[in-house]
Amino acid sequence: MGETHSLEDRFQAFVEAENKVEPKHWMPDGYRKTLVRQISQHAHSEVVGMLPEANWITRAPSLRAKLILLAKVQDEAGHGLYLYSAAETLGTSRDQMIDDLLSGKAKYSSIFNYPTLTWADMGAVGWLVDGAAIANQVMLCRTSYGPYSRAMVRICKEESFHQRQGYEIMMTLAKGSPEQKAMAQDALNRWWWPSVMMFGPSDDNSPNSTQSMKWRIKRKSNDELRQEYIDKTVAQAEFIGLSIPDPELKWNEETGHYDFGEIDWTEFFQVIAGNGPCNSERLAARQKAHNEGAWVRDAATAYAAKQSARQSNPSKQTHAA
Amino acid sequence: MSQGSQQWPLWEVFVRSKNGLAHKHSGSLHAPDAEMALKNARDVYTRRSEGVSIWVIPSEAITASSPDEKDPLFAPSDDKVYRHPTFYDIPDEVGHM
Ligand SMILES: [Fe+2]
Ligand SMILES: [Fe+2]
Repeated sequence: MGETHSLEDRFQAFVEAENKVEPKHWMPDGYRKTLVRQISQHAHSEVVGMLPEANWITRAPSLRAKLILLAKVQDEAGHGLYLYSAAETLGTSRDQMIDDLLSGKAKYSSIFNYPTLTWADMGAVGWLVDGAAIANQVMLCRTSYGPYSRAMVRICKEESFHQRQGYEIMMTLAKGSPEQKAMAQDALNRWWWPSVMMFGPSDDNSPNSTQSMKWRIKRKSNDELRQEYIDKTVAQAEFIGLSIPDPELKWNEETGHYDFGEIDWTEFFQVIAGNGPCNSERLAARQKAHNEGAWVRDAATAYAAKQSARQSNPSKQTHAA
Repeated sequence: MSQGSQQWPLWEVFVRSKNGLAHKHSGSLHAPDAEMALKNARDVYTRRSEGVSIWVIPSEAITASSPDEKDPLFAPSDDKVYRHPTFYDIPDEVGHM
């Protein structure tokens, strides 16, 4: 070792010693850029992720189901906020991120470009999509960037209800009439592969992963996380009498894991490229919501300006506080 | 995009989880004024009775120490071992002190 260590070397030693990086610390440009991209994409996913579920709020089969779904969707909005805040600590502005989402420049998880066709999809989304998200998020609680890690801890506390409510829906349908059970199986058939793809390309096809692991941003590889997810989920499907739509799925005594069939990566990259079933619909819904909310933001800004003008003019002060 | 949200300042949110404990930093949010910041903080940071009291503070009002000053700022306390109770040898016979 030389006498002088570069800032990069010192940073590397710092994260390897399991120290958390905080906003004001020196960090390599690549580390900052990777985090801004990853955290903002994650935030966008939480926000766009509200849309497929919002689709069923008005048609929930009971008041109980409706309240639960509302609470879950509200949580996802909160998750988006925690993550945008974490990304902002890296020097990117909220408005820039929102602009990138609305202009279609930014990416979000491709899973949300699939449609939610039946009530059973609310079950499958909670169980499988939130389940896969949780696997990733539990890992990210130990990420090296402090604000990201803290956001993840908060999110993970709220997520487990999401998966449980989804599984409960599937369980209820699976125990119901033959039609209801078929509906649950159909949802599982449609959501299984997209949820398995949520972990991203396989390790040998995921060049940025290695650097992310080295910086301790990620703590497990895509394939590792995917395997853990599959191992856990198969038993949950069996328990409610549903079958995973993968004829090659087989327990491997030697490895202690399930072997599974080939993933259709062409589909994955097609959806990422914007050619999924709902890409344009999701973006249009976001833009519409943003535009239609403009008057509320403008009103709040105008009200704040009026209040502060009043306060700086004592003769008109209202003493409301 | 509306011009409005571009101007909204950032607020830091502190939540007292229960009476008797200090307020602790929970996160941050954007809002046009203190009142809205407080309302938004309630919605995003205390949806599961995480708190009994909330503070919101404009982020720009916070002055933070710099990590580069870490050594000059905090090191002086490292060599003042006599500030710690274990520095003093008190015979066991004296009992707990
Ligand atoms: Fe979430
Ligand atoms: Fe969730």
